[in-house]
Amino acid sequence: MSTLALPSLPAARGRRPLPGFGLSLGLGLAWLSLVVLLPLAALAVRAAGLGLDGWLRAVQDPRVQASLKLSFGAALLAAALASLAGALVAWVLVRYRFPGRRLLDALVDLPFALPTAVAGIALTAIYSANGWMGRWLEPAGLKIAYAPAGIVIALVFIGLPFAVRTVQPVLEALGREQEEAAASLGASRLTTLRRVILPELLPALLTGFSLAFARGLGEYGSVIFIAGNLPYKTEIAPLLITIRLEEYDYNGAIAIAALLLAASFLCLLAINAIPSLFAHERREQRHDA
Amino acid sequence: MKTLLSSFALAFALAAGTASAKDVELLNVSYDPTREFYAEVNTAFAAQWKQQTGETLKIRASHGGSGKQARSVIDGLEADVVTLALAADIDAIASNGKLLPANWQTRLPHQSSPYTSTIVFLVRKGNPKGVRDWGDLVKPGVAVITPNPKTSGGARWNYLAAWAWASQQYRDGGKVVDYLTRLFKNVPVLDTGARGSTTTFVERGIGDVLLAWENEALLTLNDPATRGKFEIVVPSLSIKAEPPVAWVDKNVAKHGTRKQAEAYLRFLYTPEGQRLAAKHGYRPAEPDKVPAAELARFPQVKQVTIDNAFGGWKKTQAEHFADGGFFDRIYQPK
Repeated sequence: MSTLALPSLPAARGRRPLPGFGLSLGLGLAWLSLVVLLPLAALAVRAAGLGLDGWLRAVQDPRVQASLKLSFGAALLAAALASLAGALVAWVLVRYRFPGRRLLDALVDLPFALPTAVAGIALTAIYSANGWMGRWLEPAGLKIAYAPAGIVIALVFIGLPFAVRTVQPVLEALGREQEEAAASLGASRLTTLRRVILPELLPALLTGFSLAFARGLGEYGSVIFIAGNLPYKTEIAPLLITIRLEEYDYNGAIAIAALLLAASFLCLLAINAIPSLFAHERREQRHDA
Repeated sequence: MKTLLSSFALAFALAAGTASAKDVELLNVSYDPTREFYAEVNTAFAAQWKQQTGETLKIRASHGGSGKQARSVIDGLEADVVTLALAADIDAIASNGKLLPANWQTRLPHQSSPYTSTIVFLVRKGNPKGVRDWGDLVKPGVAVITPNPKTSGGARWNYLAAWAWASQQYRDGGKVVDYLTRLFKNVPVLDTGARGSTTTFVERGIGDVLLAWENEALLTLNDPATRGKFEIVVPSLSIKAEPPVAWVDKNVAKHGTRKQAEAYLRFLYTPEGQRLAAKHGYRPAEPDKVPAAELARFPQVKQVTIDNAFGGWKKTQAEHFADGGFFDRIYQPK
């Protein structure tokens, strides 16, 4: 893919649409600091004010631990499901032409636009015991609303656009030539998928996964309606932050928030490290060959 | 450019001019289910104020969860008056925000609560589970819907009403905690606010009993969409829910609205204010100011108060709802 060098236009050489590298960088960093770094730094500073003692107490509280376990577990599972479903949706949108494709393409972004509380209320209406789906699922022993399953479904819903939109452009750029080449060399469909398509998609898949995961971890609005919010069972960490605030316990809230932030940062770092590990492995394979 | 600037200046002068022409604004920061009630109070009071003083009052109202509203005021929402679900929330504004004196509750009659309510049970038509009193709520197979006392001011009254009944019934601390533990074991969904619980019970059809403020239960009973589907059960003992009101001294001083804010709150104690409260399902603090026919919807209930049964909100808040309090103990895994 990268072997095809674009012819550089003479007018573009040495001229950038934005004035001065220094100015652009300065403004860019200033904006980033103002919008992202400053609030996060404020959180870190306030969390540091708690001292190790306050931190440890927050970490060791069994209810906090239960909610963190639930939040991380549900967000990971939901991100995985959203990645699977998202890749499939992206594939269908890129590779097939059918009536209503444009509409479907536009629909994908809807969870972005919808206030998440609305999504939560709608999902609860569908999956609760007297809802469209709940009335069939619940007698069959599948409890979704007011159970962890409901949390996962809400998180898949809000995470899906990330998974689709990160994979879609890569699939579009991939083209069919490589698949045709693989087929002409006698590769089966499965081998083509595994050896040709998946490696190209993997970085995009992982990006979508980590975005959906991060979004799911902090999600509040859509989850609290469907979760049931029972302590130790279906209480997510963001709700526990809200509960601490309702107790006017700003420090307690910040302790959990900082914990969530640190843990999710580590998770994202780990997820983002996977593609480079993978690329390294592939380079070695190529050397072997 | 010059014309643009001058037109801006003109618009600004106009806006300032109209504002100075005796146009006063009041912001009432209230809790969730008072929306319709205060909409009527605001119109009525503004009309009366105009007649008495010639001043045009614009009253804006903000509604939300009581605790959340209190926090907004602490964090800088410039409320002239607050009308919240419980005194603890205004206490928090006094202690955390230092926006009004600690003795605010003594400034208006009836501990600054012009209307009250009580906690009742809303059950499905015909009361299929035969729920008569608090003791029935812990029976196996009875699902109880109540919001989380941690996130909902209203839910604290529910919890305390159950506690009050259990302490009279068992007269033993351990048994009371045990009763509440069993009660909350029967709660399948813990919504974050009272309106959420009502939705869970009424729209989703979850649960057999909804613990609700009487005014909310009356609202559901009279709603054309749900009429005939529910009935109210009045327990043998309940709590007097006292949603208090106060002007916020720092903010009214800043806005120069002290006079208007105080008159607005005192209006709630007039026959008209009391009648509006009764109309919206609240029990008037001074029932003799309201025609007897309009009081008929409120049955006699034996009620304890937060002061005589629990020793006031400060103590209750710390003992029951703070981190590590009784409510946390109820949810401790065994």
